[in-house]
Amino acid sequence: MKKVIMGNHALSYGAMLARAQVIAAYPITPQTQVVELLSEMCADGTLNAKFIKVESEHSAMAACLGASMAGARTFTATSAQGLALMHEMLHWASGGRMPVVMGDINRAMAPGWSIWTDQNDSLSQRDTGWIQFYCSSNQEVVDTVIQAYKISEKLMIPSMVILDAFALSHTYEVVEIPEQAKVDAYLPPFNPPYRLSSDDPHAFGGLTAPEHYMELRYKLQKDMEKVPALVEETGREYEKTFGRYLGQVENYLCDGAELVFVTSGTAGYTARVVVDELRKQGIKAGNLRIKLFRPFPFEQVRTILSKVPKVAVLDRNISYGHHGVFYQEVKSAIYRQPVQPAIFGFIAGLGGRDIAREDFKEITDYTLKNNRPQEEIIWIGVKK
Amino acid sequence: MIEIRFHGRGGQGTVVASKILADALAKEGNFVQAYPEFGVERRGAPVFAFIRIDHQPIYDKSRIYNPDHVVVVDPTLVEAIDITDGLKDGGYIIINSPKKPEEFKFPDKFKVFTVDATDIAVRHKLGTLASPIVNTAIVGAVVKILKLAKLESLVEAIKEGVPLKPEENRQAAIEAYEKA
Repeated sequence: MKKVIMGNHALSYGAMLARAQVIAAYPITPQTQVVELLSEMCADGTLNAKFIKVESEHSAMAACLGASMAGARTFTATSAQGLALMHEMLHWASGGRMPVVMGDINRAMAPGWSIWTDQNDSLSQRDTGWIQFYCSSNQEVVDTVIQAYKISEKLMIPSMVILDAFALSHTYEVVEIPEQAKVDAYLPPFNPPYRLSSDDPHAFGGLTAPEHYMELRYKLQKDMEKVPALVEETGREYEKTFGRYLGQVENYLCDGAELVFVTSGTAGYTARVVVDELRKQGIKAGNLRIKLFRPFPFEQVRTILSKVPKVAVLDRNISYGHHGVFYQEVKSAIYRQPVQPAIFGFIAGLGGRDIAREDFKEITDYTLKNNRPQEEIIWIGVKK
Repeated sequence: MIEIRFHGRGGQGTVVASKILADALAKEGNFVQAYPEFGVERRGAPVFAFIRIDHQPIYDKSRIYNPDHVVVVDPTLVEAIDITDGLKDGGYIIINSPKKPEEFKFPDKFKVFTVDATDIAVRHKLGTLASPIVNTAIVGAVVKILKLAKLESLVEAIKEGVPLKPEENRQAAIEAYEKA
């Protein structure tokens, strides 16, 4: 069934089709409609789930963790300051190996107070042990939520499904809503190896002395390393059932390209349009859209970019005192390659400033004109 | 690809108008992308809504700077802001107004159309003269003038997407479509 829905509702439909059993969330602009639709679905019986109203995002995640420990499939969604408030609980989710799936609407961090998009909220949570998917269309949001449960529950690692504020969260697009019976066949019920039960008491998260702690972290990392292959496997399986492949990256015309953009989020789709325009002008451009950010898809990024002379990484975020985060990650992925492309780091679109097709033209001109970047960060559209 | 910008005031249903249009177009197999002005809406303040329409998937997620056409839901905006900002040459300007198109002074490179959506809405008991809900009427006119979709698709979209007064809204859209 095709429906015209907003990005926020794409998250709600994903959670509904995955048959989330416990939803605990606190509303925050621009995430509000995710929670509104889910609460309606719980109220009218469309979704057989317990909706827990909480007083903060920290409590929302805590409620999801309690439910997850008891063996329930859980969902929440937040944004910016809400995600920051959850920070402590994010470590609890990954360290406790609880496969919560959460939607995050990328909103710039305050102050200055903003409700518009950039990626600093989710990228500030980079090292919390969560899988992170960045989406570029509402279709991808619905599909990724379903796939995220499959991956998270297999490895017992939580997942964040991330979309840009307004540019996706409030944008209506045509979405093919997957059939429930097919989703059920793809995603079996959550059946954790251990769960809280009064009949079989266990303790979670107890004191862990130095003789054991490091092994817990080693195991989390080893399981994280399994994610890329599992994304491929579950993405192919999804394609078999639903006709849409869900991968770690999207390689758009990168093979044989003279210049490749590395992008994510909605800008990752605009870049495709720019690539088409550049190709018409005789410039062999390509676009590598990073969808899986954590764990970073080293293998694919390395394989695709090591054959390219010039790479322009576009970051809608900044790690103050360093570079854009995707720029850092791409450079680290390329480090071991014997032949390396020239990699340029651009920052654009902070706090919801539009990333227009014109901005990509500026990026293209700079990258083609210079053999190497002349600055650590090349700012696009900033009033200096 | 066709890109349209809607001008209205907060509370008039401008964003809903773009959503209804998107629904109607999707029913005919089009790819659509509709989005509001990104920000905080205030009742009475000028608001924008945008729609992209294509027969292939739409990847461009940047803002629309040069619309093919503009739709003015609130006629007082014609005096208040430059509704032709970025409008492509040959673009259509569709205004909710009882006036004749020639009464508006726009450069010749644009083509002006008017439809008295307020009158239609009020007669179908959609809001009041002071606060009419004109979105279904204006979309009825837009669909006809720009030859975007069949009337049946729009009627179907209204039936599914407009929870309040579905029959009145349907009638308003049909009347505007026929008069446009």
